[in-house]
Amino acid sequence: MARPKVQELFEEPACATNRAKSDKDRKKGCGKALTPGAAAGGCCFDGAKITLQPIVDAVHLVHGPIACEGNSWDSRNSWSTGSDLYRRGFTTDLSNLDIINGGEKKLYKAIRAAIETHKPPAVFVYQTCVGALIGDDVAAVCKAATERMGVPVIPVEAPGFVGSKSLGARLGGEALLDHVIGTVEPDDVGPTDINILAEYNVNGELDQIRPLLKRLGIRLRTAITGDARYADIAACHTARVNMVVCSQALVTLARKMKDRWGIPYFEGSFYGISDTSEALRTIARLLVERGAEPTLIDRTEALVAEEEAKAWAAIAPFKERLAGKRVLLYTGGVKSWSVISALQEVGMEFVGTSVRKSTAEDKRKIMDLTGKGEVMIDQLPPREMYRMLREGEADLLMSGGRTQFVALKARTPWVEINQERHHGYSGYEGMVTLVRQVDLTLSNPIWAQVRKPAPWENS
Amino acid sequence: MARVVASAKPLSTSPLKLSAPLGAAMAFMGMDGSMPLFHGSQGCTAFALVMLVRHFREAIPLQTTAMNEVSTILGGMENVEEALLNIAKRAKPKVIGLISTALTATRGEDVGGDLKLILARHKELADTKVVYVSAPDFEGSLEMGWGKACAALVKALAEPIHGREPSPKVNLLPGVHLTPGDIEHLKELVEAFGLEPVVLPDLSGSLDGHVPDAYVPTTLGGTTVEQARSMGDARLTVAIGEHMRITAEALHAKTGVPYVVFDRLTGLEPVDRLMVCLSTVAGKPVPAKLKRARSQLVDAMLDGHFFFGGRSFAVAGEPDFLWTTAKLIGDMGGQLAAAVTTTAAPFLADLPCDRVEIGDFEDLEDQMLEAGGVDLVIANANARQLCQRHGTPLFRAGFPIFDRLGAAHQVTVGYRGTRDLIFQLGNILMEHAGHEPAMTLAPPVPLSEQSHGTAAQAG
Repeated sequence: MARPKVQELFEEPACATNRAKSDKDRKKGCGKALTPGAAAGGCCFDGAKITLQPIVDAVHLVHGPIACEGNSWDSRNSWSTGSDLYRRGFTTDLSNLDIINGGEKKLYKAIRAAIETHKPPAVFVYQTCVGALIGDDVAAVCKAATERMGVPVIPVEAPGFVGSKSLGARLGGEALLDHVIGTVEPDDVGPTDINILAEYNVNGELDQIRPLLKRLGIRLRTAITGDARYADIAACHTARVNMVVCSQALVTLARKMKDRWGIPYFEGSFYGISDTSEALRTIARLLVERGAEPTLIDRTEALVAEEEAKAWAAIAPFKERLAGKRVLLYTGGVKSWSVISALQEVGMEFVGTSVRKSTAEDKRKIMDLTGKGEVMIDQLPPREMYRMLREGEADLLMSGGRTQFVALKARTPWVEINQERHHGYSGYEGMVTLVRQVDLTLSNPIWAQVRKPAPWENS
Repeated sequence: MARVVASAKPLSTSPLKLSAPLGAAMAFMGMDGSMPLFHGSQGCTAFALVMLVRHFREAIPLQTTAMNEVSTILGGMENVEEALLNIAKRAKPKVIGLISTALTATRGEDVGGDLKLILARHKELADTKVVYVSAPDFEGSLEMGWGKACAALVKALAEPIHGREPSPKVNLLPGVHLTPGDIEHLKELVEAFGLEPVVLPDLSGSLDGHVPDAYVPTTLGGTTVEQARSMGDARLTVAIGEHMRITAEALHAKTGVPYVVFDRLTGLEPVDRLMVCLSTVAGKPVPAKLKRARSQLVDAMLDGHFFFGGRSFAVAGEPDFLWTTAKLIGDMGGQLAAAVTTTAAPFLADLPCDRVEIGDFEDLEDQMLEAGGVDLVIANANARQLCQRHGTPLFRAGFPIFDRLGAAHQVTVGYRGTRDLIFQLGNILMEHAGHEPAMTLAPPVPLSEQSHGTAAQAG
C-alpha cells in the first residue's frame, strides 16, 4: 500500500544525506532498522500527525484503537493564533467488534459526525496499524465522504509499523501534495509570498519570525504546518519561494513543489543569529530573482545589521556570568552548530555535542567552530551521560526531554532545546531568550542546596 | 440508582479513555528492577512513555518489540525473542512485563506459547521473570490493563505456604487510581496496627520521585520478586477498587489467603471499615493516633459541608476513580450532575445520579450543559480545554495530570487523605461562589430521591 511511496521517499535526490550515498545504499532506504528491546522514538503515525496537526482549523481524526489518540492528544506544544479545533482529539476508538466487522462504516459515520458538529474546512483521517491490518480502505472512505459531504476529507496513510517518525513526517507531506496543495486558486497572490516548510510553531516561534518578515514586506502564506489554515495550505502553490527548516522531514515536498509549480526552495534555519540573517538574505535574493522589488535586498541588509547589533548587545551582558561554563549539547532536532555559535559568543565551552542527525556539512561547521573533533559524539548512553554529569565534567546539559531526568537526577542544570521545549528559541530574539534561559538555570540557587549532603552524612 | 449507558456515537471526541497496555505498563512500574515491554510498533511505547513522563516527571523504563510491516505479516515471535535478549543484556532487569498491544492481538499471536519456547531455549533469561499480559487496546481501559497485569504478576510469582500459621502480614493490592502517596499512607495505616504490609504493585517505592545515587535503567524500588513470592504468607489480602478483584481472587486461588475488596478508602465510612478490618486481623484496638485522625476528619466534614451542600459536580474518569470521587461528593451533600466513565462497570449503577455515560469529554460537556452548568469539574488534565471554554474550575485528579506538580504525592485515602481532599475541594468551592443553576429556586433534592428522576421535575 504505502510501499512504492516509501521507496520513492527513500530515494529522495534532494536529500543531502542521500547524495552522499552509493546507489546501492540509497535503495536500502534511510529508515534505520529498529532493534527490538533497544529502540526509542515515535512511529510513522506520530510523525505524520506532528506534521499536519498544526492545520488548526481542520479536524484530525485518527482511525484506530484508543492508544493512538487517547494516549497522545493535547500533548503537542504547537500554538495557534486562531481556531483551537486542532487541539481536540478525534478518534474512531476501534473496539473488538469493529475489528471483527471492519471499521469502514464506523469511520464514515465518524467523518460525518465531525463535519456536522464542527463544520471544518477539511478533515484529515489518519490510518493506524490496526486499521491497516484489518484492511480498512481509508482512501476509499475519504473519497466517498468527500463526494457526498462536499468537504475535503484527506487520507493520511502512515500507519505506525511502516517506519520512523521522520518517515511519517514525509508521508504527511505527500498527503498534502496529493490532496491539498494547489486545490484552491487564491485571489490575493503577491510578489513576496513565501512558505516555510517543517515549521511547527512550537511555543509560538513563528511570532519571532513573522514580525521580521512583515517589516520587509514579505508575506508568509503559510508554515507547513504551523499555525496554518487549511485554505492557505490549499493555496500555497502560489508562493514565490519555499524555505525548508528541517530538511529531513519535508525536503521531498519542497522538491516536488519546485517540479510542479516552479517554486525555488532552499534549506535554512532560524536558529542562531547568523543563520537567521542568512535565511532572510536568501529569501530576499530568491524573491528578487522572481520579480520582487530589487530594493528588498538593501532593506534586508539594513534590517539584518540592525537586528544583529541589537541581539549581540542583548547577549553581551551575559558574557561575564557565563564565560568558561562547560556545556554538554545532546540533540538531534535543532542544528547543533547554530546553538554552539551563540553560546560561544558569551564564552561558553563545549565538552561534547551530538552529531547523530547532522550532515557532513553540519559536522564541518562544528569542526570550524570548536576546532576539535573530539567534542563530536554519535551516541551517548544514558549511563555514561549520568557519569559525566555526576562527576562534574559539564556544568550544563542541553538536550531533549528524553534525557531530562538523567541531568536532574545527577543534580545538574538542564535546558530543554527540542520540540517539546517551553520557550521559543528562533530568530534574533530567540537566541537572546536561549542565552537568558541558560543563565537563569545556571544561576539558580537550588544547585548548591541540592548538592549539599544532609548534615548527618558529613564525615 | 443510575443508568449506565454507552454513548453509541461513532466518533470519540476529546477521549477520556486511555489504553489498557498503558495501565499494564504502570503496574509493572511498581515492581523493583522492572522493565515493561510492549509487543507492538514503536509508537505504542513512545506515546505511553511520554504520557507517563509528563505525569510523574520521572524517567520511565518502557521498551518496544518494534514491530514493522514485515514482522506484522510474518509474525512477531522473533521480535519478542530479540527484545527480551537485548533487554536482559543491557538493563539486567529482575522482571520483564511483556504486554501485547492491539497490533499483535489483532494478528492473533500466541504470545504465551511463543514465550515458553523462547524461555526454554535461552538460559540467559533464567534469572529474569518474564510475565506476559494480554491487554489489547481495543478492550477495556487503563484500570482493566492494570488489573490484568496485577493478576498475571500474582499468578506468576506468589507461592502458598503449606500447613503453618501465616505471619502478621497484610497484602495490599492498590488500584491504579491510588497514587504513590496514597500507597505510602496505606502502608503507615497497616503498620500502625503492628502488621507488616506487602504491596503489589508498589509505586510508592519506584515512582515517588526520589533521587537515586546511581543511574539505573530499570525501575528502582517497588515490590521485589521475593516480596511477591511471599504473599502467600499473609493473614489477609486487602484489595482497593473493584478492578483489583481479579487479582485478589487469583492470589486466593493460588495461596488460600482470604481477601476483602474495598470499593474505596476515601470517606469516613469506608475508612472505618478498614480500621475494623485491620483491628480484627491484628487483634489490637485502633491506635490512639488514628482515632485522633478520625476526629479530625469528622471536624473537616462539619466545617466543610457548608460549601458542598447544593453545589453540583461533574466527574469523569475510570470506573473506580469515578466511584470513589462521586461517593465522597455524595457523602458531603454535593450533587453529581454529570458523570462519564471509560468502560462498562455494573457497580456504577449505584451512584447517586441519573445516568453514567460510557463516553468522552464531549459527553461530559453535554451533560454539564444539560444540567445548566456545574460548580466544579473533577477529572484528569485533559478536561482543561472544556473547563476553559465554560469558565468552570477544574480539580485535577486521576491520570494523567501533566500540567501540575506533585501528582504522585496527592493523598486522598484514609482519614487524613479524605480530610485534606475535603479541604482542597471546599477551598475551590469557597473561592468560586458558583454559577446560578437554572433551578436555584427549587429545594435541593435529597440524595435518596435523586435516582427516581425528581431532579427533572424540579426544573
